[in-house]
Amino acid sequence: MEPDTRKPVASEDGSETHVASEAAVERADSPSLTPAREAVGTVEQAKFSQISRRELLKVAPVLALGIFAVPKVQQALLTKGLAFSDWASARLFRRGHPAPTFADAALTPFEQFPINDYDVDDPGVNLEDWTLSASGALQKPGEYHLEQIQALPKFRQNTRHVCVEGWDVIGRFGGARLSDFLNMIGADTSARYITVACADDYYESLDMATALHPQTLLCYEMYDRPLTREHGAPLRLSVPTKIGYKQAKYLTALKVTNVLDGKVGYWEDQGYSSFYGL
Amino acid sequence: MSSTILEVVRTKGDQTESVGRAAYEHPLLVRWCHWLNAVSLFVLVGSGFQIFRAFPSFGAKIPQKDLLHWPKAFAIGGWLGGALQWHLTFMWIYLASGLVYVAYQIFSGNYRQVWFTHRDLAGVCPMVKHYFFLGKKPPVTEPYNSLQKHAYTTVIVLGALSVLTGLAIWKPVQFSWLAWLMGGFHWARLWHFLVMWAMLAFVFGHLTMVVLHGWNNFVSKLTGWKKDPEY
Repeated sequence: MEPDTRKPVASEDGSETHVASEAAVERADSPSLTPAREAVGTVEQAKFSQISRRELLKVAPVLALGIFAVPKVQQALLTKGLAFSDWASARLFRRGHPAPTFADAALTPFEQFPINDYDVDDPGVNLEDWTLSASGALQKPGEYHLEQIQALPKFRQNTRHVCVEGWDVIGRFGGARLSDFLNMIGADTSARYITVACADDYYESLDMATALHPQTLLCYEMYDRPLTREHGAPLRLSVPTKIGYKQAKYLTALKVTNVLDGKVGYWEDQGYSSFYGL
Repeated sequence: MSSTILEVVRTKGDQTESVGRAAYEHPLLVRWCHWLNAVSLFVLVGSGFQIFRAFPSFGAKIPQKDLLHWPKAFAIGGWLGGALQWHLTFMWIYLASGLVYVAYQIFSGNYRQVWFTHRDLAGVCPMVKHYFFLGKKPPVTEPYNSLQKHAYTTVIVLGALSVLTGLAIWKPVQFSWLAWLMGGFHWARLWHFLVMWAMLAFVFGHLTMVVLHGWNNFVSKLTGWKKDPEY
């Protein structure tokens, strides 16, 4: 706060006015300067030094940011910061709000749709034997065949696939709504998460709100053709409201659960965002 | 609201002599926001460059044509995951300090000493000429000259744009209308990058001026008080 200037320290009533007007006269005489602003009062130098020091102390708490440079606590702080961003992201997510869809003309050509593999481009899934194992908080656990998933209503969508690296492409994805599948298996949709496991040991999780979003698909087609091996045959997640790494390929198992047990997802467990809704 | 000016005096016995004037230019909240924002900006730019390194291009992924190679040594975070942690943590401090600053300036009326208006248009060129050694120094009559007002007003606009473009690329689905306004996700990412460069240009100019304008001026941003103001 500004100091009280109505009672200048240690000066007689007369001298204060005298000093102020003298300064004003001095400046008015000098031709190159316009009249300076007048001082409204005086302050003893010692007092001024004290005021300055006090003001410096008042701003010193900004140095608290320096805690981010302390190695011992740095990672914990950053993890907390990221968690806060995830909390804000979850608050911003709207269950009914669709991700933008695009005309066919806007599609990225299939050959230009990148393949980001975790371990291999083809984990050697046996497409003939393949089933999706469903377990957890649901009424009908067990092995589900692709035909059962394909029997559910098919939805196709041209949506933007955003990679955490910063690139994006617009792809055409086709499949059954995850919400329809969850309905079919009698899943408890009051549970918090869906987790998935993959043939290449990749693993991911989705919050239930996102899992139930109408554009979240158990995707078995890309560009109107069955998924190729590189793109996750026979089944992958297509979740246009989430970042790319959440859209796991080569699904083998799905679980409805309230606990993650520290396993959120392959990339999340290394320090990437857990929620990463777009 | 112009800054309060005091005469600093030294009294010895019954003699009082003036040792100079001091102007209270920067209220505490302004100083807090300035330093919090400055540190945050440093971290955001540094981590931003590390994020950029993951895909240093503005075109298709296939084929990838990198725009520039930014050295890891000048980036914060070490890897994409680390950089995102820094970026998504410090953006909140950046946002909060920016919002508090703008709100305070408006509600206290303190913005008047730094806000660029049409009255400042005429003063910009003489000041620029002077800094390029093409003209003599215009008289100092107020805490901020026209060129400074231009800079400190523009930087607020840049700050707002950095937040909005960042929001568009962080949340292109929930804020799809914002991304659309910017020309889409691709463009929003490019705008975010370009706004950063404009910010860096400001920072370069700003730091140059801070160095040129001496210790008293720098101290004023810490204590609020500028000794021996020229006005």
